[in-house]
Amino acid sequence: MTSVFSSRLPVALGVVLVATLLTTPAAAQDQLRGDAPNDWLIQDATVLTVTNGTLENGDILVRDGEIAEVGQDLSAPSGVEVYDASGEYVMPGIIEAHQHMGISNVNEATNQVTAEVGVGDVLDPYDIGIYRALAGGVTTAHVMHGSANPIGGRNETIKLRYGVTNPDRLKMEDAPRTVKFALGENPTGLYGQGRDQVPRTRMGVEQVIREALTEAERYMEAQQAYQAGDRAQPPEHSERLEVLAGVLRGDILVQAHAYRADELLMLMQVLEDFGVQDLVFHHVNEGFKVAPELAAFGDDGAGASVFSDWWSYKFEVYYSTAYNAAILTENGVNASINSDIPGEQRDLFLQAAKTQRYGDLSDTQALSLITINPAKQLGIDDEVGSIEEGKAADLAIFNEHPLSVYTKPQRTYVDGVVRFDHEQDPDDMRLRVDPEGTVDLARDGWSRHAAHSCLKGVTHLRATHQGVTLENAE
Amino acid sequence: MMLIPMLSSDSVSPRALGLWGLLLLFGAGLLLPHAAQAQNTPGAQGPYALTNAQILVTPSDTVANGTVVIRDDSIAAVGPNVSVPSDAEAIDVAGQTIYPGFIDSGTHLGLQEVGSLSETQDFNEIGDLTSHMNALTAVNPNTVHVPTTRVHGITAVITEPETGMLPGTAALIGLHGYTPEQMHLGGVTLTKLDFPSIGRQGPSDDRSPETIKKESEEALDKLNEVWDAAERYAAIDSAVAVQPEARRQPTHLPAMESLVPVIRGEQPILISANAASDISEALDWAEERGVLDQVILGGALEGWRVADEIAAAGVPVLVGSIMQPPTRESDRYDKAYRTPALLHDAGVPVALRSGKTENVRNLVFHAGFAASHGLGKTDALRAITTTPAQIFDVEDHVGTIEAGKRANLFVANGDPLQPDTDVQHLFIDGYKLPLDNRQTRLYDEFLNRNPGLEK
Repeated sequence: MTSVFSSRLPVALGVVLVATLLTTPAAAQDQLRGDAPNDWLIQDATVLTVTNGTLENGDILVRDGEIAEVGQDLSAPSGVEVYDASGEYVMPGIIEAHQHMGISNVNEATNQVTAEVGVGDVLDPYDIGIYRALAGGVTTAHVMHGSANPIGGRNETIKLRYGVTNPDRLKMEDAPRTVKFALGENPTGLYGQGRDQVPRTRMGVEQVIREALTEAERYMEAQQAYQAGDRAQPPEHSERLEVLAGVLRGDILVQAHAYRADELLMLMQVLEDFGVQDLVFHHVNEGFKVAPELAAFGDDGAGASVFSDWWSYKFEVYYSTAYNAAILTENGVNASINSDIPGEQRDLFLQAAKTQRYGDLSDTQALSLITINPAKQLGIDDEVGSIEEGKAADLAIFNEHPLSVYTKPQRTYVDGVVRFDHEQDPDDMRLRVDPEGTVDLARDGWSRHAAHSCLKGVTHLRATHQGVTLENAE
Repeated sequence: MMLIPMLSSDSVSPRALGLWGLLLLFGAGLLLPHAAQAQNTPGAQGPYALTNAQILVTPSDTVANGTVVIRDDSIAAVGPNVSVPSDAEAIDVAGQTIYPGFIDSGTHLGLQEVGSLSETQDFNEIGDLTSHMNALTAVNPNTVHVPTTRVHGITAVITEPETGMLPGTAALIGLHGYTPEQMHLGGVTLTKLDFPSIGRQGPSDDRSPETIKKESEEALDKLNEVWDAAERYAAIDSAVAVQPEARRQPTHLPAMESLVPVIRGEQPILISANAASDISEALDWAEERGVLDQVILGGALEGWRVADEIAAAGVPVLVGSIMQPPTRESDRYDKAYRTPALLHDAGVPVALRSGKTENVRNLVFHAGFAASHGLGKTDALRAITTTPAQIFDVEDHVGTIEAGKRANLFVANGDPLQPDTDVQHLFIDGYKLPLDNRQTRLYDEFLNRNPGLEK
């Protein structure tokens, strides 16, 4: 009898092992698509709450996709799955305030003002970039219109629910609407240099924005006059002006691509003149020069979403410093760090960690740059951005402290659902791969210039209009 | 400096000296933290003695507590029982670690100032056949990117030309010096070949399969045509050298002439290729052309797909940048991070290249990611010290902290691959270099700007 056991047991174990190890893409994706559990007890982790200190040997109880309880020695109610995170670190899911992944168009580069369009209409749930972001602990992304136009289109705040194929299911319900503005070399290069149109200068950029907002103000006045009976007809409907009126009413948040100190001051002055209080600058390489002014803007200051250390890729970022985030933070500006480029959204934790080399930020300050701070910039900090009871269970689990260069993401939860698990991570995680279909051929290398998406869709257009060769554009 | 002899001259009374001294101290106190002063501080050679240090002699050999003596441009002595020479400036670095300077095996450092401005780019000459272009010529020793890079412990880089099939020669440069010649390290010069790419270049490449095939064949034909010509040129050149009077000089063709050292086996050839099929093709080509033992492979993002082929060919690889998405959407998200480990495991010598200009400084984090993605810390450190030194045949000069080698080293208060570590002292060619740069000076000026909001 014993011999039977000793020979069968390894075989049985082997079968189980093989079944566990041979994770197929299909199985891994079924896990994403199916009725994935959103009730979890994550046990014995170092919990980096960001807003409420660090909890050793901490547990997080997730019920129905929300954080139900944070504490120690919590017990799992029936039906709740348990994840043993001993030796691991849990932080809030990373929030990327500036991305262009998951959308099939970036720029409506046909007019200086295109507030009527929105990237929410072109979401692409099949983009492998969404999965790769999850593999870097990212759970929320602000996917943005490009920077071709002084006033571009609306952006979309998405939850990285990779596996859903209905684009609308990516959208973060209740997230405030936002619109893209863009200052400096991108609009002046495209319109002024490329098309011989205003704006060629930063003076021109200011006037394009002032003119558009003034038009929106008149539009609102005409609407009000009509409603008050002082006007026989409502103004002709304009989706563009509806959006800009939303900006003036404070319903739509301005998210402005900008680099130089002078243009930061300019836009703050313009928005102040129009009574607009909400403003987040993006890139902001010279934000450090006017940090006190940024902190003093409006009721809560102007936000700044910066790169950790990218610079010198064009002239307006030549006088940069990697200490930007630290200077902004120490001067009371709400700062975040973004990656911008699809493909580079996998290591935001490293980008945040660099602020400890460049300015000695504390662990909490550094982690805030990719969690609660961008949440505030997007107006979603009551739902995400920290590990607090009542917030969405958007969690990133790492094997080492997330600010260590050696750390690796283990699991990423979005609304309590495991959307990335390093143990269920076969090579091919594209959705619905046709086994008979062709596989993409390799790209020969990769360059930031080619991949930079702020002006995606623009270079080609510029070429056809001007009959010139494609240009580098960032 | 001019004030001091004046003060000590007989014409100055003791009372005046006191006043002058006070003024001098006051002035120095004002000036020392001032950015412009720091910027103008040149490096200075020792002798120096770094004492009470943990010393990473090589990535796999650490001295727990020892001294490093630096004299002129070299390391004079290393070890636990080394005494401080009487003429040396002793620097107590207790609790800190001395590392050999890191080497980035592929950059455009010094060849570009601003990415979008072609006026500031000198790595990309026009034409497919510009093998006679030398990157070293166009290196700007005073680029703002050198000081921002070396303060992370990166003391040497390969800087290389790009564009076209044979864009010219790359050079190994040390990150201190006022002329390109002063920076040129060990005379390392590599002829670069951007191997023709055979497949589709990516999702935006909308050429038809027929066009791709045709253009690939044309590119390979062109390369072979060039190489045939270069071999003939070398043969004629050899024949003339034997009988200079009897033979007519060949028509001077600078591009051909620049390939002669490669044809004769005297110079390495750095072949840049990333797609698996391109790497295979490049190795076959090099074998057919008899230059395989001179080949260094650069890029190699898909090298892991053909790792055994590369290992069998005995070719070392400068891999990277690894901080980018995988080459194919169907590849695992971390494949690029893992590529150094996969190549290393197959037996391929691996060095890391950042491929950058302004952010070569991130090489240390590239190494950290390579380490945690299978390579391990020791081999990750080798990939930016000893391995590139061996590949470029300068292991007698750099890569470790051993007596007789160049004093290219730095002192850090922790693991230099970790973001929260700071470099405390930096030496290149024995020069102790200031650690400030434009980015730190902007920090110093703007952290607490004055005036702030109110003037």
